[in-house]
Amino acid sequence: MDQCTGCHSCSLACARLIHKKLSWTCAGIRIESSGGISSGFRAIRCLACDPAPCAEACPTSAYSQRKGGGVVVRKKLCIRCGACVPACPVDAIYENARREVFVCIHCGRCVGFCPQNCLDYEEMDSIEEVLL
Amino acid sequence: MIFEQFRILHYDLGSRRGKIVHHEGRNRYVGGSGLAALLFHLYGQPGKSWNEAEQPFILAIGPLTGLFPLMSKVVCAFKSPYHDQYTESHGGGRAALAMRFAGLDAIVITGKATKLSCLSIGANHIECKNVDFMRGMNALSSGKLMRRMFAANAGHRSILRIGQSGEAGSAMACINVDTYRHFGRMGSGAVMGDKNLKGIIIHGDNDFDQPEGDYPKLYKRLYTEVTATNMMHKYFDLGTPANLEPLNELQSLPWCNLQKTTDPAISAITGETFAKDTLLRNAACSGCPVGCIHIGYFREKSLQANRYHFHQVAYDYEPIFAAGSMLGITDSFDILRVLDSLEKVSLDAMSGGVALAWATEASERGLVSENETLVPLRFGDSDGYIKAAAFLGKGINDFYKILAQGTLKAAARYGGGEFACVLGQEMAGYATGELFFAAQSLGFRHSHLDTGAYSWDQKNTDKDVDGAVDFLMEDEPGRVLLTSMVACLFARSVYTTEVMAECLHSAGLPGLAASLDESGEYIRKLRWQVRFATGYNPDEVVIPKRFYAVKTWKGQIDREFLDRLRKEYGRRLLEFKVPIEDPSDDKEDSCAH
Repeated sequence: MDQCTGCHSCSLACARLIHKKLSWTCAGIRIESSGGISSGFRAIRCLACDPAPCAEACPTSAYSQRKGGGVVVRKKLCIRCGACVPACPVDAIYENARREVFVCIHCGRCVGFCPQNCLDYEEMDSIEEVLL
Repeated sequence: MIFEQFRILHYDLGSRRGKIVHHEGRNRYVGGSGLAALLFHLYGQPGKSWNEAEQPFILAIGPLTGLFPLMSKVVCAFKSPYHDQYTESHGGGRAALAMRFAGLDAIVITGKATKLSCLSIGANHIECKNVDFMRGMNALSSGKLMRRMFAANAGHRSILRIGQSGEAGSAMACINVDTYRHFGRMGSGAVMGDKNLKGIIIHGDNDFDQPEGDYPKLYKRLYTEVTATNMMHKYFDLGTPANLEPLNELQSLPWCNLQKTTDPAISAITGETFAKDTLLRNAACSGCPVGCIHIGYFREKSLQANRYHFHQVAYDYEPIFAAGSMLGITDSFDILRVLDSLEKVSLDAMSGGVALAWATEASERGLVSENETLVPLRFGDSDGYIKAAAFLGKGINDFYKILAQGTLKAAARYGGGEFACVLGQEMAGYATGELFFAAQSLGFRHSHLDTGAYSWDQKNTDKDVDGAVDFLMEDEPGRVLLTSMVACLFARSVYTTEVMAECLHSAGLPGLAASLDESGEYIRKLRWQVRFATGYNPDEVVIPKRFYAVKTWKGQIDREFLDRLRKEYGRRLLEFKVPIEDPSDDKEDSCAH
């Protein structure tokens, strides 16, 4: 992420390809500046908790534990209660004005849209260190 | 989600009331430049001064903003304090996508706030806050404070603000956009300052369903094209500063107030030198994978031993020309120091640097003394320029106040008009030849990007007046179309008319896709009509003597050729001086917000 230029191409790709949205926030990965552009950028995304507190907080099993970390999302089961949002310890779930929630499903579609090669898609076992 | 109708926020600072206005005319006015011209026609007062309360300050995006890569800029339109005529300035950062996701095609701000204010706009809110405590605060500190005061949507908002030059009414005051981008030229910052508007915060806090059909496929194709072509190399790697060395070799880089066009000292300020010594990292406008913003750094020693802090400054070809070669400065860190000083007071770097270059030569010739300049100005002496930039931005005495209104205005008072490097406004960094001098002098924005004249100069040696002016006239509508979309002009090789038509089809605007050529012509004419209505007269344009003394790779400037180009281009532009037909088929529908 040190090389991130803040172009938002990853977020726009996730919104477009996964959620059929035109948005820089309705996405599983969101880019924020860390105190103005001078301080660089950070990617707000699911860090694949296991067990995932958001899945535990979900009353309808719209979020369920994903093998290897993170959650499997079944949108049809979501009642838009928003309980998952505060449950996430790293603020990785976004809730829009219509109370739809968006989280990374670890599909890797954003990786090909990072022009700076900031993003990698790897099995958890093969990752030496999770970088932010 | 991109509608045939324009959705516009009109906010009046005097009454502190906003109104959402829907306007027809997508196929004719497109967005960006076209929409801004329409809005000035509807809201502007052509015959009244730029600083009348009712004059509009306009921001406009295009139908493809946020939908495709490099569709990432905003047109800012206003009556300029520089020449009291209609003009545009273009900026990037996050502003374009923030407007898209706030659901606005344009923002029109009229009136004057009674106290210094910040206007915060989002999809579901409008708030005008008193920020009187920010008076006199520089653009960078203001940005820090605004980030704290309007904390929501970090990373997904845009912060436009002015420093002291905007508050002081300088005709060279720019608007800082998200720290490293600007609405640079023609004094947009003074328009905000005159409206008592210190900042505009635009929150892109809504989302939309994406167009159905081929849109994702087409996006991927264009994304691949812009990231796989040499565009990444050209604009990301060294960026525009890569042009410094070749232009110096072509004897086309202005040095020391254009007293020469080449210097062996170039090796200290090339794109390579900046990248090797000063580059911290790159940044991008939102929605642009290219990432052309180059951020350099310099270290500052405090009064105590071994105490340092560092500053980050964006650099590009034009700022390096203006704060570097034009001032005879040949140290990359010193150039960044001067740019930092200009940035803090929010002076346009090009205008400020060129004005100080004139002041230096005026000092050398004894037309002004330290009584006026307050510090000695000498080519190459960055310490003097760092202080002078702050004096110019703040308008600290009569000399700097009048210089901040334009170099020719200062020359009218103190003498030295013959060496004022002004082509409609302070020159851009291209001493490429006769066509560029004529084109910038007369061009719509007096910008090097109005037409490709600097490129024509570098490729042509013939002196065919009609052919050269034909080139300018034929080049303009395509650029106007791009600035109506509003694309970054770096993408002009990708977004041909055919590609734009494909994009518009996929966005659900087939009517506009089918009428692009006519729209480009129509908007070009409309922009000029609006400019003429505000008093433009190409016959009044004067090219100072200094430009006739320039020597480029083609030899001495040909006086007769330059004059014939100026006359012929002016004659062709005058053909646009006809009354604007009323937009009779365009209906307006508004509701209070």
